[in-house]
Parts: sequence; C-alpha cells; structure tokens
Amino acid sequence: MAMKTSDDRFQQRVTKELDNQFMRRAVSSAQERFQTRRLQQAEELGHWEEWRSHGEEIRKHVLANLDYYLYQLSENVAKRGGHVFFAQTAQEATDYIQSIAKKKNAAKIVKSKSMVTEEINLNTALEALGCEVIETDLGEYILQVADHEPPSHIVAPALHKNKEQIRDVFKEKQGYSQTEKPEELALYVREKLRQEYLTADIGITGCNFAIAESGSITLVTNEGNADLVTALPKTQITVMGMERIVPTFEEMEVLVSLLTRSAVGQKLTSYITTLTGVKDEEDTDGPEEFHLVIVDNGRSAILGSEFQPILQCIRCAACVNACPVYRHVGGHTYGSIYSGPVGVVLSPLLGGYDDFKELPYASTLCGACTDACPVKIPLHQLIHRHRQVIVENEGKAPISEKLLMKAFGLGASSPTLYKMATKIAAPAMSPFTKNKTISKGPGPLKAWTEARDFPAPSKDSFRDWMKHRTKGGGQ
Amino acid sequence: MTGMIQRRETFLANIAKQLGRSPKTELPRPTWQYQPQDRVLKDATKDELVEILIKQCANIHTNIVISNTATLPEDLQDVVDKYGGQSVITWKDKRFQDYGLSALMNEQWPQANIQLYEWDSQQPEENIRQAEKANIGVTISEMTLAESGTAVLFSSKDRGRSISFLPEKSIIIIPKSTIVPRMTQAARWISEKIRQGEKIASCINFVTGPSNSADIEMILIVGVHGPIQATYIVIDDQ
Repeated sequence: MAMKTSDDRFQQRVTKELDNQFMRRAVSSAQERFQTRRLQQAEELGHWEEWRSHGEEIRKHVLANLDYYLYQLSENVAKRGGHVFFAQTAQEATDYIQSIAKKKNAAKIVKSKSMVTEEINLNTALEALGCEVIETDLGEYILQVADHEPPSHIVAPALHKNKEQIRDVFKEKQGYSQTEKPEELALYVREKLRQEYLTADIGITGCNFAIAESGSITLVTNEGNADLVTALPKTQITVMGMERIVPTFEEMEVLVSLLTRSAVGQKLTSYITTLTGVKDEEDTDGPEEFHLVIVDNGRSAILGSEFQPILQCIRCAACVNACPVYRHVGGHTYGSIYSGPVGVVLSPLLGGYDDFKELPYASTLCGACTDACPVKIPLHQLIHRHRQVIVENEGKAPISEKLLMKAFGLGASSPTLYKMATKIAAPAMSPFTKNKTISKGPGPLKAWTEARDFPAPSKDSFRDWMKHRTKGGGQ
Repeated sequence: MTGMIQRRETFLANIAKQLGRSPKTELPRPTWQYQPQDRVLKDATKDELVEILIKQCANIHTNIVISNTATLPEDLQDVVDKYGGQSVITWKDKRFQDYGLSALMNEQWPQANIQLYEWDSQQPEENIRQAEKANIGVTISEMTLAESGTAVLFSSKDRGRSISFLPEKSIIIIPKSTIVPRMTQAARWISEKIRQGEKIASCINFVTGPSNSADIEMILIVGVHGPIQATYIVIDDQ
C-alpha cells in the first residue's frame, strides 16, 4: 500500500464514511478511551508540560543536527556488523530490499508494524518477486487477510472493523470456525503466525527510535510480534524514516515515556526492545545478517522549511485521538496511510498537493491536536499554513470550507462539536486547575494566564446544565 | 565483521544543504533545559519502590510474589505448579545456583516429571525447538523499573532472547537490589556502559507484563504473540 489509499474523490469519501455507523461509533468511543487514559497518565506522571518541553527540545535538537546523528548511527551499526543503506527515494529503498530478498532466495517474509514500509509500498515490491509477505501485528494481519484494506488509525489500524466482521474475514479466507470473541480470534492468530515466524527467511521491522551512540534500533510494541520477527529469521531488515533518531539511550527513554503515554495511556508498553547490530557470534537466536535502510522519500525537502516541526512527530496519534473531524469522518476519509491532523500536515508534504490538497480543509483549526501533541508540534498552525500555500498556488480554495463543515456535521446547525469541545475542556484542563481557576494554561491560554488566572471550565457544560434545569424544575 | 555503508555521503550532504550549512562531523553532548525525569520517585526508599512495583503489577496483568533466598525454591515451585508444570526452559545462568535453585531444578523437577531445558549455545536449533514447546520460560531481571513494572533482560550466548517470548508463561526473577525508580536509571546505566566503551547486549528487552493487544474493538486481550501469563518473583538479595 502506498501513501495514497483511495482513488475516490475526497467528497465521495466523506459521504461514504459518514454513512458508516459502526465506524463512527467505534471511532468516537476509541477517541474517548485513548484521551481519558492519556490524560490520566499525564496527570499521574506530573509536570507534563515540562515533559512535553523536554520532548520538544530533544526532537528540535536532533532535526537541527540530523546529518551528524545519522553519520554516528551508521558508523555504530557497521561496527556491530550491520549494513546501512541510505535511500533518497522510495524506489531506492524497495530496490535495495528486493535485492536482499533475491540474494537470500526468500520465500517467506514476516513483518512487524511499520508506517514507513507502507509509505514506500514495500509489500507490493516484495510480492512482485514472488515472496509471501506476512504482517504480524494483530490489527495489520486482519487488514491484510481482508484483501489488504487500508489502516484507519496509526496506532489501531483495524479500528473500523467490528469483531463479527473480523470473524467473517477469517472464516471466508481461512476457514476459521470459532466465535467472534476477541480472545479466541487472537489465539487463532497466535497459533497461525507461530509457524510463520519459525519458517520465515527474513524479518522486517520499522523503527520507533534509532539510537546514534550505539547504533541500536528501538521497537515499541504490546503484542511481542516484533521480538519474534527479529529473534527467529536469519536476516533482519529495519526500515526507518530518517528523522526517527535520538542521540543516546537517555533521550530514547524520554521519548518512549511520552510515546507510550500519549499513544495508548500506558507507562510503558509490554515490550520496548533495543536491538544492536547482528547477533553476537555465539548467540543462538537473533539475526546473522542485519540491514538498516534509512529513508528520505521527501523528508529532506521539509527540513529547513516552515513545515520542519512536523518531522518532530513520534507517531503516537494523540492528535488523531483529539481531533473532532477525525471523530466524524474516520481514518479512511483522509485517503492516506497517515490520517488525522498529522496526516493532514504530512500527506501533502510527502505525497504532493495534487492528491491531498483537500486534506488541510478537514480541520476546524480548533487546536486540540496542538494541545495533545507530546512534542509540541504546532499542528493547527501548520494546517492553516497549508491552506495559505494552496490558495497562493491555485488562487482559490479547492473546496468550500463552509460546505465541508456542514458535511462533517460540525456546522452551526449541529451542536455536536460544541458539545464535545466543552465536555473535553474540563478534564483536559484539570492538570492546570487549582481552586477552579487555571493558573498555567496550555497552548493558546498560556500568554493570557501568565498575567492572570482564567476561570476554569465548569464540569457541567451550559447545555448540560440547561437540560438538567429544564428537566428538573421547568416542567 | 564491519558492515557496509552505502550512499551516505550525498544523502547527508543533502540534509546539510537543506539545513543551510556544511555537514557536521562534530557535536558536543547537548545540555537540556528541561529534565523532568529526575523528579519521578526521587526520594522513594527500596521498600517503597517494591510497594510501587506491586501496585503496578495489578495494572499490567502480572502476578507478583515477594520471596527471599530461603523460600525461593518453594515459591518458584508454587508458580510452576500453578502454571501446570510440564516443561521449563531457562537461561544457562550461574545465578540460579547462587539463588539456591539447583536442587529444585536438577533433582525435584525431573522426579516430578517436569522437563527442564537449559539454553545451550552449542545447539542453536534445539534451543528454538525447546523454547517453542516449553510451557514456562524463566529469566532474571538485570534492572527493574518500579514505576512501570518493567524487567530489563540482556541477551547473550547463554541467555536466549526467545525464552521470554516463545513459552506461554513467563517467570522473571527480580533481585530486590535491581529495583530502581524508572526507565531513566536503566537508560543512564546503559548509556554509561556505552561511553566506557563496553559492548552492550545485542538485544535488550524492557519487558512489562505479558503480551497484549487492543486491536479488536479496543477490547484488551492479554496474551497475543508473546507470553499469555507472567509472574515476577522478587527476592531479597541484599
């Protein structure tokens, strides 16, 4: 699957997805759970704003010195017996990986979840060689068996499918005969994939953070699939976007702490694994051969531009989970593997305005994404900047914002956005609230609260209050 | 053997050009303006950290047993029984002997028909075959993170990576002396080793409970590709 996931026009996708009742319920409930857990974890950790600022300074420093750290990384990978290939384009990356697959006579390849391999359309390239490519992340495996459906969420790719649909996919494609209980479905996949890990010729992973000082790569998962993908096959290939790097283990730790809290509301996920080079000489598991493929594919053009902050992204999807537009239209509407606010900013930059010029209008510019971002990317400002660039280039907006908001159900005629925004405001503000006033507001409130206290949002929104009042005393 | 590096020069030159300068070959270690990680559990005593670890285990679906060197064999036996016995795979690690487990592992288990397989660097294929069919894998934590309930495992020729992933059940022995507040201390420790020129383990696992997923309707499933159940046994080794 490449960046672009649909040939339908943007408006058609909006209409289609707004009709998908299961998806819409699933998305709004998922957003609420992700958000609640993230806020709980942030509060429990304490000093969240300081953590965000630290995350931001690390990411900014790395981007400003990216060539230095990539140099150091590649030297250290080579010292530990790994090969490093710098790929300017998606084509160069897939050509190189194809050449390894050919050299190894690879029949079967297992993969753990990786957005960048989706971006460069790696599976198609390997399948063209006749390799069987198996995704091992539970959500991605489901989508692969379901005739390669595109992911609808960066962290939870199969969010749009319910358990009955998943059961039917396995039944139809693989003769699965058990129930739709998630535990049974997972156990079925566990047993099915076990044999695949053990017999695969190559394991392919993405990379959450490469560590320059040691030449290590860090993988963050809950399922344990990435560990089996890297422990069992004789050859390991890791593909990383060139910006996914930190100076040392110490910065890796900070970003992992931000990532797991922001992505899934966990202090750490079940498995954080750092892998360094090939296995040691006498080790009996781990790869004998290791290739690190560092991918540019349009990223360097973002460096030095006003969009550079998007390269700070650590792919946690906190912005996706906070976005009122994503809530209404779901992931597939974006027509890109990167959905939600990060997708709105990144897709036109990596995939071009031609395919993605409507995306910057899939936003209310409310700034919820910016407030949620653990590394302080000014997402809504970047989205706004995209609109300006598009209008400068085309002389007009490609789509009527007013009509779009109406289609999303976010116009003045609908109180949905209003209701959600005000309900989120109270819990979102709580870390900063003391005695019902806000003393250290995030984002847009900051300048104001530096000078004075801002009254805290009431736990009951005005509409809720009116409703109770009317119910209680009015009749 | 040193690996190959391909197409680096033009790639990095392009990055430097985009950043509006010439390529950087030297850089002092950055000084950060913020360091929030040092404050977490800063003043907690070892016993308080154990309490935090116990509480966190409830959040990560992990059973925790507080033991000591005297009762460890008995406590380990209990957990193995609870997990249905059958077959156990362990690292080849002198610490099992130091913790007084030799009699249990080498005498009692064979008598009770519990198969023990010890990782053997001479037998690569047999190791995987045994790990795949073993019911229980037993490993030892090098450093243990109280905040998140995480054990840190270092691979080596005698400490296979697969032991904590392939068996359905995982038991990790946690020497009390290894408990620290959070991942910050582990990261610093490893970073320090690297600065001293030490070769770090090719695989470092930060393991936090059994494997899990919420990929189906956001419903939590405990036990996916890795272990389905996990127990930590804390021993007082000080």
